[in-house]
Amino acid sequence: MVPLSYYLVLSGFLFACGVAGFLIKRNIITIFMSIELMLNGVNLSFVAYAAHWHALSGQVFVFFVMVVAAAEAAVGLAIIIAVYRTRETLNVDQVNLLKL
Amino acid sequence: MNPMLNLWLIPVLPLAGAAINGFLGKRSSRHAVTTIALFFSGAAFAMALSVVARFSSLTLPYHEYLAHWIRSGTFRVDFAFYLDQLSLVMLLVVTGVGFLIHIYSVGYMWDEPSYYRFFSYLNLFMFFMLTLVLASNYLLMFIGWEGVGLASYLLIGFWFTKDSAASAGKKAFIVNRIGDFGFLIALFLLIKHFGSLNFDQVFQSITPLGAETAGAGLLTTIGILLMVGACGKSAQIPLYIWLPDAMEGPTPVSALIHAATMVTAGVYMVSRSHVIFERAPIALTVVAIIGTLTAFFAATIGVAQTDIKKVLAYSTISQLGYMFMACGVGAFSAGIFHLMTHAFFKGLLFLAAGSVIHAVGGEQDMRKMGGLRTRIPWTFWTMTAGTLAIAGIPGLAGFFSKDEILWRSYQASWAYWLVGLVTAFLTSFYMFRLWFLTFFGEYRGEADAGHGHANHSAHDAHGDHGHGGIHESPKVMVVPLAILAVLSVIGGYVGVPGSLGGNNQFDKFLGPVFDGSAPVNAQNAAVGEKGTPEQETEGNEPKKAASTELMCTAISVVVALLGFGLAWQLYYRNPQLPDKIAASMSGAYQTLLHKYYVDELYGALFVKPLIDGSTRILWQGVDRKIIDAAVNDAGDGAKHVSDIVRHMQSGNIRSYAGWVAAGSAVVIAFMIWMGVR
Repeated sequence: MVPLSYYLVLSGFLFACGVAGFLIKRNIITIFMSIELMLNGVNLSFVAYAAHWHALSGQVFVFFVMVVAAAEAAVGLAIIIAVYRTRETLNVDQVNLLKL
Repeated sequence: MNPMLNLWLIPVLPLAGAAINGFLGKRSSRHAVTTIALFFSGAAFAMALSVVARFSSLTLPYHEYLAHWIRSGTFRVDFAFYLDQLSLVMLLVVTGVGFLIHIYSVGYMWDEPSYYRFFSYLNLFMFFMLTLVLASNYLLMFIGWEGVGLASYLLIGFWFTKDSAASAGKKAFIVNRIGDFGFLIALFLLIKHFGSLNFDQVFQSITPLGAETAGAGLLTTIGILLMVGACGKSAQIPLYIWLPDAMEGPTPVSALIHAATMVTAGVYMVSRSHVIFERAPIALTVVAIIGTLTAFFAATIGVAQTDIKKVLAYSTISQLGYMFMACGVGAFSAGIFHLMTHAFFKGLLFLAAGSVIHAVGGEQDMRKMGGLRTRIPWTFWTMTAGTLAIAGIPGLAGFFSKDEILWRSYQASWAYWLVGLVTAFLTSFYMFRLWFLTFFGEYRGEADAGHGHANHSAHDAHGDHGHGGIHESPKVMVVPLAILAVLSVIGGYVGVPGSLGGNNQFDKFLGPVFDGSAPVNAQNAAVGEKGTPEQETEGNEPKKAASTELMCTAISVVVALLGFGLAWQLYYRNPQLPDKIAASMSGAYQTLLHKYYVDELYGALFVKPLIDGSTRILWQGVDRKIIDAAVNDAGDGAKHVSDIVRHMQSGNIRSYAGWVAAGSAVVIAFMIWMGVR
C-alpha cells in the first residue's frame, strides 16, 4: 500500500511543473500542455484522496475535469489554429494586442 | 333662487379658443384661426351680455360653485365664481374691450408669420383675466393674477428673436414676482388669522372689526402687502418700471393688457378688498400717496418721451395712479369708474397709435411723424376723441371720471387734489403734444420710405407690405377704433355727478358693493382723517358742496385747456421752440428723457449687486469651486489611480499568468497562515 503522501507529493510536483512550464514557455502549445499537466496533477490528488477516504465523489470530480479538459482542448486548439493563421506565430509574447 | 348663469363658460370659452389655436393653429389657415379666435372671445362677450340681461333678477352676490379644490380641516378653497356689480363692470370691460381688440388684431397682425400663436396667447389672456375678475376667493384670483402675468410675458416677448423684446418680457415677469410675493404673504396672513380665503367669509369676519386708527395692526399689514401686489401688477411706484418696456409687445397687446385690462387688476383687487382697506387708514394713506406720486411722476416722464407708445405707457401709469388715488381716499367706485373709462380711451389711444405706426411703416418716433391728419383721417378722428377724453375736455368720458376722482380727493386732502390737478395739466399737455406731433405740421419721416425701414420693419412686421406710402388701416382695424371712440365719448354719461345735473348712476350701481361696509367706530376713516364723509356734507350743506364741486370741475377744465394751449403753442405754432427750451434746461430735460434714471438706479442698487453676487459667490465660488470641483476631482482621482493600475494590463499573456500565480500564492499563503493560527 503506497502511502497517501507519496501521491500528494507527486501531484504537487506535477502541478508545479505545469505552473513552471506555463510561466516560462513562450510557445502557446507548450503552455497548453502545461495547463493539462496542472489539471492532471489535481486529478491525481483527487483520486488519491478518493481511495484514501473510500469516497466516490473525488473520482466523479475527476471525470468532470477530464470532460472539461477535453472540451477545452478542442476549443483551445481551434483558437491556436486561428491565431496562427492570422499572426503566423505561436509565440505568446507577440500575441499582445489585448491591452490598453 | 338665482337662475343658473353658467358663469364658468365665460372664462372657459376663450380657453377653448386658446387651446384649439395653440394646438391646431399652425396647420390651419389664417381665416380658420381668425374665426376661432373671434368666435370664442365674442362668445364670452355674448355670455357677459346675457348676464347683464338677467342681472336685475339676481340676488347679489351671485355664487357659482364648480368643484372643490383644497380642503384641509376647516380651511377650504373651491373653484367657485362670484358675481356682483363690481365683477360685472370688470366682466364687461374685459370681454367687450377684449373682443374689440381681437377684431383689431386681425388686421394688425395679418402679416405676422406666427399669427395663430398671437391669437392663442390673446385668448389665453382672456381666460386668466376672466378667472381673475370672477373668482370667489383670493386663491383663484391669484391663479388668474399669475396667469395674466404669464400671458403678458408671452405677449411682450412675442417677437422673442428680438433681444429687447425677450428681456422686456423677463423684466415684466421678474418685477411682477416682487409684487406677487407681497400678495402671497397677505394671503398667508388671511389664512392664518381668518382661516379662509373666500371673499364672503373673510369680509364677514373682518366687518365687525374696528378701524386700526391707533396704529398699524394686522389689517394694515395685510392692506400694505396687498398694495405691494397691486403695485407690481398695476405698475405703481416703485415697481412701475416694467410697463414702459412692455411696449416691445405688439400694439394690440399694449392696448389690451398693458392699458385696458391687466394693469387695472391691481385696482380691482384693492377695490375688492375695500373692507380690509377701510379698516386700515394707514394702508389707505399709503395707497393714496403711492397713487398720487405715481400719477404725477409718470406724467412728467411722459412729457419728454418721443416714442408714441412710450408716451402712452407713461400715461397709463399716470392714469393708474389716479385710480389708486381714488381708492386711497376711499372713493372706490370713482376708481372703478375711471378704470372703465380709461379702458375705453386708453385702449382706443393705443389702437389708434398702432394704426399710426401701421400707416408709417413701423416708425414709432413721433419726431418722424407729422401731418398725418389728412392722410389717415379715421385714425386721426378716433385718436382725437381719445385725446380729448383723456385730457378731460368736458362732455367726454375721461372728464367725468377724472373729475370725480379729483373731487373726492379734494374732500380728503387738498394736497392730493393739487398734485392730481397738476397731473391733469401734464396729461392734457403730453397728450396734445402727441396729437400735434403726429397729425399736424409737415411729415418729417423719410419721404415714402413708409414700408421699407430696415431698422423698424422687423418691429411690427409690416416691412413686407407690397405697397408703399402712408395709408389708412383696413376696415377691420378702423371699426374697433370707431366703436371705442364712441365709447370714449359717451362712456362717461353713466356717472354724471350731481353738481352737473346727473345723479351719478355708476356710483349708485356700485353702491351695494362699497357702501355700508365702513367700520362702525370710525366713519371718517374711509375718507381719511382730514376729510369729511360725503354723506354728511351732502346732508348739511348740499349747496355749498355742490358749488365747491363745480369750482373744482371748472378749475380742472381750465387746467386741461391750459395744457392744450401750451401744447398748441409749443408744437403747432412754434415747433422749433421745444428744442430751445430743452436746450436751455438740458439738465431737467435729460432727467425726464432718461425717466429720472430710475432704471439706472435700480440697476445699480439691485440688478448689479445681484448679478455680481451671483457671478462671484454663487457661480465662481459655490458652483465652480465646490460643486464642480467635487465632481471634477472625483473624476481626476479615478483617472490618476487608473493611470497607475492600467500598466498591469500589458497584453503579455505570460505576465498575466505571473499575476495569477502570484495571486494564488498570496491566497494560499493566507490560507495556510489562517490554518496555522
